[in-house]
Amino acid sequence: MTRATLVRANLGRHKRRTILTVLGLGIALFLFVTLQTFLHTLRSVGEIGSETRLVVTNKLGIVFPPPLAYRARLQAVDGVESVGYASWFGGIYQDPSNFFANFAVDPEYLAMYPEIVVSPEHREAFMADRTGAVVGVRLLDRFGWQVGQTVTLRGTIYPGDHDFTIRGVYSAGRKGFDETSMFFHHRYLEEIARSQGMDGVVGWYVLKVSDPDEAPAIAEAIDKTYENSSSPTRTQTDKAFNLSFIGMYGNIGFFLNAIGMAVVFAILMVSANTIAMSARERFAEVAVLKTLGFSDGDVLRIVVAEAASIVGLGLLLGLGGAFLLFNVMDFDMGGFAPGLTVSPGVALVASGAAALIAIASAAIPAWQAARLKVTDALRYVA
Amino acid sequence: MPLVEVRDVRKVYRRDTVEVPVLDGLNLDIEEGEFLALMGPSGSGKSTLLNLLAGLDSPTSGTVRVGGEEISSMKPKRLAAWRARHVGFVFQMYNLIPVLTALQNVELPLLLTPLNKKQRREHAETALRIVGLEDRMHHFPRQLSGGQEQRVAIARAIVTDPTLILADEPTGDLDARSAEEILDLLSRLNAEYGKTIVMVTHDPHAAERARRVLHLEKGALVDGAARPVAAGATAAAGAANAGEVAR
Repeated sequence: MTRATLVRANLGRHKRRTILTVLGLGIALFLFVTLQTFLHTLRSVGEIGSETRLVVTNKLGIVFPPPLAYRARLQAVDGVESVGYASWFGGIYQDPSNFFANFAVDPEYLAMYPEIVVSPEHREAFMADRTGAVVGVRLLDRFGWQVGQTVTLRGTIYPGDHDFTIRGVYSAGRKGFDETSMFFHHRYLEEIARSQGMDGVVGWYVLKVSDPDEAPAIAEAIDKTYENSSSPTRTQTDKAFNLSFIGMYGNIGFFLNAIGMAVVFAILMVSANTIAMSARERFAEVAVLKTLGFSDGDVLRIVVAEAASIVGLGLLLGLGGAFLLFNVMDFDMGGFAPGLTVSPGVALVASGAAALIAIASAAIPAWQAARLKVTDALRYVA
Repeated sequence: MPLVEVRDVRKVYRRDTVEVPVLDGLNLDIEEGEFLALMGPSGSGKSTLLNLLAGLDSPTSGTVRVGGEEISSMKPKRLAAWRARHVGFVFQMYNLIPVLTALQNVELPLLLTPLNKKQRREHAETALRIVGLEDRMHHFPRQLSGGQEQRVAIARAIVTDPTLILADEPTGDLDARSAEEILDLLSRLNAEYGKTIVMVTHDPHAAERARRVLHLEKGALVDGAARPVAAGATAAAGAANAGEVAR
């Protein structure tokens, strides 16, 4: 028998109530960790972009593609080493719930992204096949595909069923980089687009600049060149481009944080009520403990330990569940949020939130129990 | 020198703006090894006096000394530590912790001592053996009869080998047979182990088991109420057995 035995025995007093409270805390903390992880991953994506790459899009937005004819003129701009381009294809594999990003890219594009690591054999095989595709390793695993397999995507922008042969697999050359996309030849897209009268344009250009310090001047020069054209451009760093995607969600950081705080606050109320109820029911026992010689501090520590145990179990459930789901099972919300990983930072924030819940929940009942006058409590019970 | 010295103790409770005197200038000495019964009508101050002796309450004025230490002016933290060492309390309603076994309930006060886990268990088993419940040590309170629960409560009260055992109506919630068993046990603790016992009771039959009976009325001891120590084993003889539990 130790003090821990007493705490454990008290937790087992109303098993159903304890289990439900732990489950409630677990689910709330799981939700909190998931929201924070999603937010953290979004921010990480924004951080991934390179300062030596510039992205050129239509000034009006990515849905208005600039002409393919810009390529040669962009290549001629001073300070630009190479030009690549890509277009969003928007193909669906079997069912919309199987969503994943699929892009048409020119050969230069992949070369400009050292983050996309493809073996020389796979790169060669991809280059040699007009309908070839390179897919991320997580995407390959997700659908159990194999190299050499033909997959059919149903076009949403370019109607019809389109076949692609997987010729290569890429992995991320940098932590946090997406491994769930598919790249195929832009010239194949142009064939598809030509038959539908949508050829001659690209989604965006990517420029590699020789000196990152010159990037702002180059960007300004390009945008000035096309200022009065039918397709004015917006040139920004790769990083800014990625962040603008996140910006499309609106102030998602504030939104997710607000939901997270609301979840924590709601569960704090539930937890505080449960712990207060549990402590109040046992005032007579607290009086007995004090009669036996337990000090106010001893009693306070017992109530706090009980609250900490409940919240700790909830944290284990919520944080452990999220870790298992995202870090071990690689759950990506059906392809909507690939690369979700519970980071040590998020785990620390969740632990902090749990500690806050435990302290705030236990504060009043622990104080009341510690201050309880034995004679009053015994008289009340009698 | 008496073990317990109560001097000019007044206790006044305040209810809203009204002051209710409960004890009024009370003086009392209790010798080591005594078995004292406190009787009196409801509201006479018996339980209040018991709480003062246990250090659960403090007098409005006057002093309470136990074993030479003045407990009436101790700070709460020190008083709690003093209580853990010197007081074993037996409640009318047993007040066992329902989620702990008999053995764990008895071990509870030992958590406040420097004994290790093994020693705590051994002491608790000895205490349960003394009250005759060694075969019920793993039972929870709900699995015991009222009399057995009270015996566990007595084991809990003696396990630290306290200076004083204070019992507040220990037979008040028991049937006649169980009450008799509890009174036998208290008598034995006094006679064989030399424990000093102060028992509050309404029951004259229970009070007869004490060596001295005091009557309280309206917060004061009634003149001539004290009955001489009954014949039987002396405190000195019993003192030889004292400390067996703690050893």
